[in-house]
Amino acid sequence: MIPLADTQFVEATWIMVVKSIVIFAVIFGIVPVMTVVERKLIGRFQHRYGPNRVGPFGLLQPLADLFKLISKEGFRPEGAIPLLYVLGPLLPVLSGIMALAIIPWGDVQGGVGLYGIDVPIGVLYFFAVGSIAFYGLLLGGWSSGSKYSLLGAMRGAAQLISYEVSMGLALLGAIIMGGSLSLVSIVHAQGSLWFVVPQLVGFVVFMLAGFAETSRTPFDMPEADAELVQGFMTEYGGMRFGSFLMVEYIEIIVVCGVAAAMFLGGWMGPGPSFLDPIWMLLKIFALVFVFIWVRATLPRLRYDQLMSLGWKVLLPLATLNVLVTAVLVVVT
Amino acid sequence: MSEKFPYLKDDSVVEVQRGPEPGGAGGAYRAFGETLRGLKTTMARLIEGPMTVQYPEEKTPVYPRFRGRHKLHKFEDTGLEKCVGCSLCAAACPADCIRVVAAENVPGERVSAGERYAAVYEINLSRCIFCGYCEIACPFDAITMGHDYEMADYGREDLIFTKEMLLAEPLERTPLRREGE
Repeated sequence: MIPLADTQFVEATWIMVVKSIVIFAVIFGIVPVMTVVERKLIGRFQHRYGPNRVGPFGLLQPLADLFKLISKEGFRPEGAIPLLYVLGPLLPVLSGIMALAIIPWGDVQGGVGLYGIDVPIGVLYFFAVGSIAFYGLLLGGWSSGSKYSLLGAMRGAAQLISYEVSMGLALLGAIIMGGSLSLVSIVHAQGSLWFVVPQLVGFVVFMLAGFAETSRTPFDMPEADAELVQGFMTEYGGMRFGSFLMVEYIEIIVVCGVAAAMFLGGWMGPGPSFLDPIWMLLKIFALVFVFIWVRATLPRLRYDQLMSLGWKVLLPLATLNVLVTAVLVVVT
Repeated sequence: MSEKFPYLKDDSVVEVQRGPEPGGAGGAYRAFGETLRGLKTTMARLIEGPMTVQYPEEKTPVYPRFRGRHKLHKFEDTGLEKCVGCSLCAAACPADCIRVVAAENVPGERVSAGERYAAVYEINLSRCIFCGYCEIACPFDAITMGHDYEMADYGREDLIFTKEMLLAEPLERTPLRREGE
């Protein structure tokens, strides 16, 4: 029997602690940069500059936004359920940070694996933790005591069941080819050929489902600022609102990280091995650019359009992809 | 068609052109193609770069006939004011925003080239509609419309421009559009 993943590699506890702090710090440093990069890029996509007033080239804009959000009053509407209302923005932050742990930034170097943890259930962990984020959305929307929040949460629930299955099936092809669930082993399996070539359908379906997972345009129906004010975030203000925004970016990094590891050869790239995390970061940023590009281009899909896309197009495509991959892997 | 609308000439009725039905495999294919076309369009915008004018730092040049803030003129050789205080501009002004009080020139200290000069010349720019009638009415080309358009201020009283302010050169010149721009 083939083991699902071999993780005999065990590290000292203090190394794990240092690693988690480093990952935490780096990602929380990247998130504000991403917000300003996104705003500037969307500006360029629309023939304008984007923020360029605060600091050199507008780079201090996220700092200004942060201070503004922090200094705001922590307001809770009267009809809200206190505990769930507070839990709403908390859960997605938690799950986003937890999902960061399995993103591989490099191989074992000098006795330290350049990833949070190499769990043998890798991708399953990503799905389990990633879905918790939607609980935050649902709880936040339902406990706010506002009709816009409720509608947003309802849309979120409908969205969740439409894309989650195809997302899993999209990754299944790469898992079959890699012969493991562990992201590190899958990256190792891409030494000769990145999985994006044989698994192009899986990659495209995963990215489309990733837009829905992060509730980004064109699948940002839970937020839908034009129709639902801000959807599930309507009643949130200050840093609670800020943490919802932050989660969106952390989730983008997670989804792009998983996509880069599963399909784009993870940390593989020319140059010495200490460049591995840089390559990973570059690949993630390339995918983040696609996210921003799509946001600048596509309008929001309608509620039923997402469902028919998820169930009628993505699911059959992903299933077919898995079947063909499985047959080919068994035959060859 | 002519049976349905007997009162219309045949060539005046056009059949409605319908696009292909959405949905189905063909619809999905077309939607995918259109999505890619949209992505191409936005990418082209990114490559073209921004066309924003960074307003306070850089200004859009105005056309030569642009009617901005008024200017009063002096003769270049003698330094005497062109305005003779005839009040024709005030009479022509549809917004009634010009006030002229004329005075006789004293031989020793001439202010204008004519018999009289404008002792008080005020334009209330908060009322002015920048029609340029004062410029047309003036028989001596003493008042013209300049090119300055940045006249925002904090109080209404600050917008009443006196003769000295109208005679003075503006601190910053508004860029003028070149030929063919």
